[in-house]
Amino acid sequence: MLAYSLKRLLAGLVTVFFIATATFAAMHAVPGDPLTTGKARNAEIRANLRARYGLDKPILVQYGVFLRNMATGDFGISFTQQNRSVNDIIREHFPVSAVLGVLALVFSTLGGVFLGSLTARFRGRMADRSTLFLVVLFISVPSFVFAALWQLVVLVVNQRAGTTILPIAGWGTLRHMLLPALALGLGTLAFLTRLMRSSLLEIVHQDYVRTAKAKGLPPWRIFVSHQLRNGILPVITLLGPALATITTGGFVVESVFAIPGLGRYFVQAVQQLDYTVIMGLTVFYGAFLVLMVIVVDIVYGFVDPRIRVAKEAA
Amino acid sequence: MIRPVSPEDFAPATHADLVRGPARPSLSYWQDAWLRLKRNRQALVSLAVVCAVLLFTLVGPLLWRVDPGQPVLSRVSEPPRWSNAAVVLPRPTPYEEVLVPDAPPDPPGDAANLPAPASLTLLGEPTVEAVRLRWAHVPGAAGYLVYRSTSKPGGDYLGLPMGEVSAGNVVSFEDAFNLEPTTYWYSVVATNGSESRAAATVEVKVPAGISLVDAKTIDPRAKPGDVVSPPRRPFGTDDLGRDLLARLIAGARISLFIGFTAPFLSILIGVFIGGVAGYFGGRLDHWLMRITDFVLALPFLLFMILFRVALGVRPGESGVFPMLVAMIVLSWTGAARLTRGQVLQLRESEFVQASRLLGARPLYLLVRHLLPNTLGVILVALTFAIPSAIFTEAFLSFIGMGVAAPTPSWGSMCNDGIKTFLVYPHEFLFPAAAISVTVLAFNLLGDGLRDALDPRMRSVE
Repeated sequence: MLAYSLKRLLAGLVTVFFIATATFAAMHAVPGDPLTTGKARNAEIRANLRARYGLDKPILVQYGVFLRNMATGDFGISFTQQNRSVNDIIREHFPVSAVLGVLALVFSTLGGVFLGSLTARFRGRMADRSTLFLVVLFISVPSFVFAALWQLVVLVVNQRAGTTILPIAGWGTLRHMLLPALALGLGTLAFLTRLMRSSLLEIVHQDYVRTAKAKGLPPWRIFVSHQLRNGILPVITLLGPALATITTGGFVVESVFAIPGLGRYFVQAVQQLDYTVIMGLTVFYGAFLVLMVIVVDIVYGFVDPRIRVAKEAA
Repeated sequence: MIRPVSPEDFAPATHADLVRGPARPSLSYWQDAWLRLKRNRQALVSLAVVCAVLLFTLVGPLLWRVDPGQPVLSRVSEPPRWSNAAVVLPRPTPYEEVLVPDAPPDPPGDAANLPAPASLTLLGEPTVEAVRLRWAHVPGAAGYLVYRSTSKPGGDYLGLPMGEVSAGNVVSFEDAFNLEPTTYWYSVVATNGSESRAAATVEVKVPAGISLVDAKTIDPRAKPGDVVSPPRRPFGTDDLGRDLLARLIAGARISLFIGFTAPFLSILIGVFIGGVAGYFGGRLDHWLMRITDFVLALPFLLFMILFRVALGVRPGESGVFPMLVAMIVLSWTGAARLTRGQVLQLRESEFVQASRLLGARPLYLLVRHLLPNTLGVILVALTFAIPSAIFTEAFLSFIGMGVAAPTPSWGSMCNDGIKTFLVYPHEFLFPAAAISVTVLAFNLLGDGLRDALDPRMRSVE
């Protein structure tokens, strides 16, 4: 298991290296340089600024410096907000996004497992068909539409009630987090519902389920300890990619709800062409997502002994 | 009773007896798929919706000939209404402030305890041009704040602050800001350094009408009392007074162009790479698949945004082409893996072996046998790639990373509309509904097609 984890981590590192290289290449393919848009009209100021950001060195040297800094976890300083390092920005805004993301993921996983079980249990009936339609609807409606609709609904409710039952924007308390998490998690909830349903439907025909039935176990026992426990496995594998969807989905939801998260910061950095922030955040996001997928895979091994054995054999 | 069988009971079988014709006409793969699709009501409805959206995009500009880029500043953020016929208002009388003759000097006092202005009434008739209010002087007030709300004020909320009367002796206010024929609640609060907590509120019903100046832009001979019909805006107008229906039609063109072109090209590339990798195998396959894995590991949306920057699209600029390129470069992997898997499976099947035995060249095999047999799966992938491309476009344009003003796309219209969403919901809801309905229809159609074309992957088992 340890060897497997190490192997995965090593492969992940290579991926992050490729992501960093691609990011560096993309950002240096931009016509002009980051200072072209700035105030540095004066040649002397320009030269000074170029020296400060290391842009006067040959590109391969820049690449080497970039990689070395990334390896030590130093993402450089922002172009538009002097004296603010990218690390500071991440330290300050990432926790907000992480809390929101985890909340949305918890909501979508619980909801997905529940709805998936429901549809599998009532397969072919009204409850199943209407939930399946809802699932496609949740996949088809962009998160910003849900975000805006929740805001409108809550606004009307607040007006009717005369007080603020739920705040429609901002950040701070758990009450602020409910609406964004709901908007952010719906798409993932839909995917997980589908997955849960199909995996449960496959399990219904398994021998061990029939054996359990033959032994005379009550249906709920069969469901909880045989079907649910096995059916949930594919959902766990998808949690890594699901987190990726939720994190990038955060860009939009954060801006609709005025949440000071990293996603909103990334969008802002792109709008202002803040090169170091764009590069730093891309690599950070990339590394985070790769790490999450690996963590999920390793956890998966603990949950499902069959996988562990197969991986150790490999 | 049992009768013994004799040789006379038998007759030699003829050829016609031996060879029976087919029980029912044989169906090709596509006929079979169509039959199956026809039985799926949900898929048929989606197909109809998809056709309607295409018709809306292609025929719409011919039927609805309103310039989507023409701003009409007198008709900003108009809600959807079928008919706009309105009576031309009389020439407005000039507004004169109502003054309290003997204005008392600034008395000291606690602003929070100032009473609400008494006898808040209308000054003249309210029109869509102006609503004029007057009230009784509040002793101790140094000025007044006027709020307007479209719903009955409750709690602390009085509405939008419309203006401030910054002299204690002026006891009237004219609101001429963007008035609609609807009911407003005006609240007036006395101020003295800070705001009083007591507000006087009056309900004002503004009747429909059109100002003489605006009427003359439609009909130069319009007189007060005439009825004029401004051009229809069935979906209302946006924050610059542009026709929302025309913009939806124009936006559909961009959204669907990206939604069709990007998946089509990326799947073409994916099929080619996957087909080559799967057919030739070996080292080529290994490296092509490593590249695929690498592209797959890139965080999709981050690199979409990065590509836009890398291709030199400045913030605020429209980047349809960079978006297309980025989408194609980043999303061919799914089709490549799918095709490779299919080709690997088919390569060893008997009919391909037979064809190879008969001397077929690799290209012939690929084009004649392998690709047609993967076509169903690829078509299903395409139907699912289209909504996801429309979705991506909307998402990127929404955060200002895709199509930017003045070019409309459904995503950028949502981005424009959400700023004033809580006041003018129609500016956001129409494009949002367009995206949602289109993507929903494509997704449902994709489900139906998958069931019809690829029975092995059937979703509703």
